[in-house]
Amino acid sequence: MLDDLSRRQFLKGTGAGIAGSALGAFGFGDVEAAHAESIRPFKLARTVETRNTCPYCAVACGVILYAKPAEENAGKRKLLHIEGDPDHPTNRGTLCPKGAALLDFVRAPTRLTKPRYRAAGQTDFKEVSWDWALDRVTRLFKEDRDRNFIAANKAGVTVNRWNTTGFLAASATTNETAFVTYKMVRSAGGVILDNQARV
Amino acid sequence: MTNLWTDIRNTDLVVIMGGNAAEAHPCGFKWVTEAKANRGAKLIVVDPRFTRSASVADIYAPIRPGTDIAFLLGVINYCIANDKVQWPYVKSFTNAALLVKDGFGYKDGLFSGYDEAKRDYDKSSWDYQLDKQGFAAADDTLKNPRCVWNLLKTHVAAYTPELVERICGTPKDKFLKVAQTIAETSAPDKVMTSMYALGWTQHSKGSQNIRAMAILQLLLGNIGLRGGGMNALRGHSNIQGLTDIGLMSNLLPGYMAIPRDGEATLAAYLEKRTFKPLRPNQMSYFQNYKKFFVSFQKAMWGPAATAANDFAYDYLPKLDVPNYDVLRAFDLMYQGKLNGYVCQGFNPLLSVPNRKKVTAALSKLKFLVVMDPLDTETARFWENHGEFNDVDPAKIDTEVFQFPTTCFAEEDGSLTNSGRWIQWHWSGADAPGEARSDLWIMAQLHTRLKDLYLKEGGAFPDPIVKLHWPYKDPGSPTAEEVAREVNGYAIGPVMDPADPKKIILEAGKQVPGFAALRDDGSTASGCWIYAGSFTEAGNIMARRDNTDPGDAGLYPKWTFAWPANRRIIYNRASCDINGKPWDEKRKIIEWDDKAQKWAGYDVPDIAPTAKPGEVMPFIMNQEGVARLWVRDLMRDGPFPVHYEPFESPVANAMAPDIRGNPVARLFAGDKEQLGDVKEFPYVATSYRLTEHFHFWTKHVSVNAVLQPEFFVELGEALAKEKHIANGSWVRLWSKRGEVRAKAVVTKRIKPLICDGKPVHVIGVPLHWGFTGAAKKGYGPNSLTPFVGDANTDTPEFKAFLVNIEPIPAPAV
Repeated sequence: MLDDLSRRQFLKGTGAGIAGSALGAFGFGDVEAAHAESIRPFKLARTVETRNTCPYCAVACGVILYAKPAEENAGKRKLLHIEGDPDHPTNRGTLCPKGAALLDFVRAPTRLTKPRYRAAGQTDFKEVSWDWALDRVTRLFKEDRDRNFIAANKAGVTVNRWNTTGFLAASATTNETAFVTYKMVRSAGGVILDNQARV
Repeated sequence: MTNLWTDIRNTDLVVIMGGNAAEAHPCGFKWVTEAKANRGAKLIVVDPRFTRSASVADIYAPIRPGTDIAFLLGVINYCIANDKVQWPYVKSFTNAALLVKDGFGYKDGLFSGYDEAKRDYDKSSWDYQLDKQGFAAADDTLKNPRCVWNLLKTHVAAYTPELVERICGTPKDKFLKVAQTIAETSAPDKVMTSMYALGWTQHSKGSQNIRAMAILQLLLGNIGLRGGGMNALRGHSNIQGLTDIGLMSNLLPGYMAIPRDGEATLAAYLEKRTFKPLRPNQMSYFQNYKKFFVSFQKAMWGPAATAANDFAYDYLPKLDVPNYDVLRAFDLMYQGKLNGYVCQGFNPLLSVPNRKKVTAALSKLKFLVVMDPLDTETARFWENHGEFNDVDPAKIDTEVFQFPTTCFAEEDGSLTNSGRWIQWHWSGADAPGEARSDLWIMAQLHTRLKDLYLKEGGAFPDPIVKLHWPYKDPGSPTAEEVAREVNGYAIGPVMDPADPKKIILEAGKQVPGFAALRDDGSTASGCWIYAGSFTEAGNIMARRDNTDPGDAGLYPKWTFAWPANRRIIYNRASCDINGKPWDEKRKIIEWDDKAQKWAGYDVPDIAPTAKPGEVMPFIMNQEGVARLWVRDLMRDGPFPVHYEPFESPVANAMAPDIRGNPVARLFAGDKEQLGDVKEFPYVATSYRLTEHFHFWTKHVSVNAVLQPEFFVELGEALAKEKHIANGSWVRLWSKRGEVRAKAVVTKRIKPLICDGKPVHVIGVPLHWGFTGAAKKGYGPNSLTPFVGDANTDTPEFKAFLVNIEPIPAPAV
């Protein structure tokens, strides 16, 4: 039973407990009830909690995400709050000046929402569809690979490399993204490959 | 890290050099504070600036940027001269006694075999004397002049406290205080930890900075112990993981190597990687290389990788150069030899040195793809932002695609922290607009490319069209599906090596660890060191049991740590030769004589039944022991040597004719862009602020308010000399470019006296650009040289030359 008890239920339970016991015993039962009516419900009590880790440095502090459920927000879960995870052995609930402001990172006005394309010589991005953009990029890959793929070197050794398009992996993508990236790049013969370990 | 964040609380002495944990890793630095408060640990900080880490240090020693090796070899010299050596550890667990070939030598800054024209060494003399069985010869008395110990002793003898002061500018008394404090941890029950980051790696001899400290830690017997180790703090949340998974041009997952042109066949490739033990009875664990390699090929190409086709060896590309790292990529781009570039995150316009060259390079691309949650400068390199990005879009023909991606809060998956914890995280919100995960985008790029090749044919389509892609929805694999693949699984039944009729793992089951991997094609594993992370017991990375047996600080049931859930690597070395802990209070594991096996709080870093005294603790090394001298494994020498940065205010005190690292790579045109002290008299170094993370948090309103604008930091003496007032404007320029900024004049940077002359240091923080919520500004890469470390090609961001002058404030 305790295992099933969510943090939300726990908060609700303790709140009710206080009203019904300590304050009630002082004879403030009615006042308390009226007062409780006038206060808006605790915002986080309606949220869904998810465990996550901070995306910045490699201490990898545990964080708890609080989101408004999808059914209350046009079908998309919306983050309302992020705080340190007190159960996490490394940070024990603390966050630094960067981690403490994570909510503003997730909701930054400069978050991208649409695929965009800038044509040669142009001064603007224009919005495009995923299908168009992905097809165009894979076409460019294929043209470049077919034209420049090196099947064998001068000594006749099979080398099967494509060294005219490069790939730069980042610093905060998941290991699972990393492995699929590895598969995609190496299967095409990609040798120009690096990540942000150096800078 | 050899150890883990929470273990720092077990130390007696923290040395922060080449990093600034208090500001860059604040919640990890808490464990330094715990060690100080609860066990009276001391903190030493060696840094050009009096940082916030320094502000709580017991000893702070200033140092000139780029001279760490001289300092550390000075400490090693001090320890040897004063007999502050953990002798039983050094004699049993290092290669001190092994004998080196007679042809190997060192003179005037160079080792034997140097070829100036090639900027490289012929390393044939850099090896041990081998006996008839192929084992390295040894002299356990350490009297033979050719033993590693005597070579080391001779090599470091020149680095006296006087020379350290002359090179580093560290006052002799400060240096001696640091050396004495460090030397005390040579006692078996005293342990020191080394915490470092990009302050050590971003030099033209970055790898040797770390080698120097590793040698020192071995002499003191501090590797493998609780509270000890070599601890790279790591700047980003998954740099460890992306490197583990092999996203570097020269790597396969799990630190295996991509084949090279000289390795025409699988047999030739494996021949170089047999890793035969160099001492009797040693594990030399990479003898299992073929098992890991074949399992990787099976994960890549499934049924198309067979014994008959050498497990699809030719499906892998071969390298014709040592490394297609980011510097070489941008140099090729600059030469017009690269047509396309995909940036999965990253922000090279601000991260790769010599911004002018970077802009020119990107402008020559046919197409650029940028995947990022944020609107980065790189995606807008073609857009004019006045002095902050002075380009003419009409002259830039690069097609640019900007793909909106999810961020951490909107995706499932694992990230590997500096302590090798592979922590799973869960999506807690939905992505804005049409943003999609990087995983989805990469899967789409593969499946669409595959479709084109199936329809149209083209250059060698086999590796693409036969790539194993076992996901329920091929266009959108789940993180869990990929995590299972990375861990590895049995393809056919896996048999017991001791009894070929006995099945130990049924077909289709997840492998429990890398010991189950086979070289006959019966297993697949995307990354062998991650085996054990997603087993038949479930997603081990998602574990959240924070119990800590023995109050050891190891938390063995919290997530999964590679390899094999081992929290402290080399932990066998925490015990003496007989298997008893050096310090009972710091026990991690010990040899149980009755049960005849190793046991304790952590997974033993040795075969569980390997007898103490026979099998040595450094099981990945062919010698079984740790290397004070590394044979031919480093390009710039088996021992570290002091070299000046490529741009230095003084000549090399040991070898005045050598500029920079004599084997570091210089591309055509970049040498001419190196500045000279006459024109650029001041040393500059880059750094982070505690309020910002790289170029991300300038998009975050809170952080943009906390540190709104770019500045440069200089000391009071230089400010006075140049008539620069605090808060006034300056121009800072190098041979490659200039920045304009407000000057912050502080007491935190003081002139250092090097070679009799004062050297002024200027700090350049790295968090500004032209997108986001903060004011527009510059990054250090507008100034820094296009040269990197001789081994890793990590750019030299931490030591370069500039000039400075006051300028009028810009019109508002």
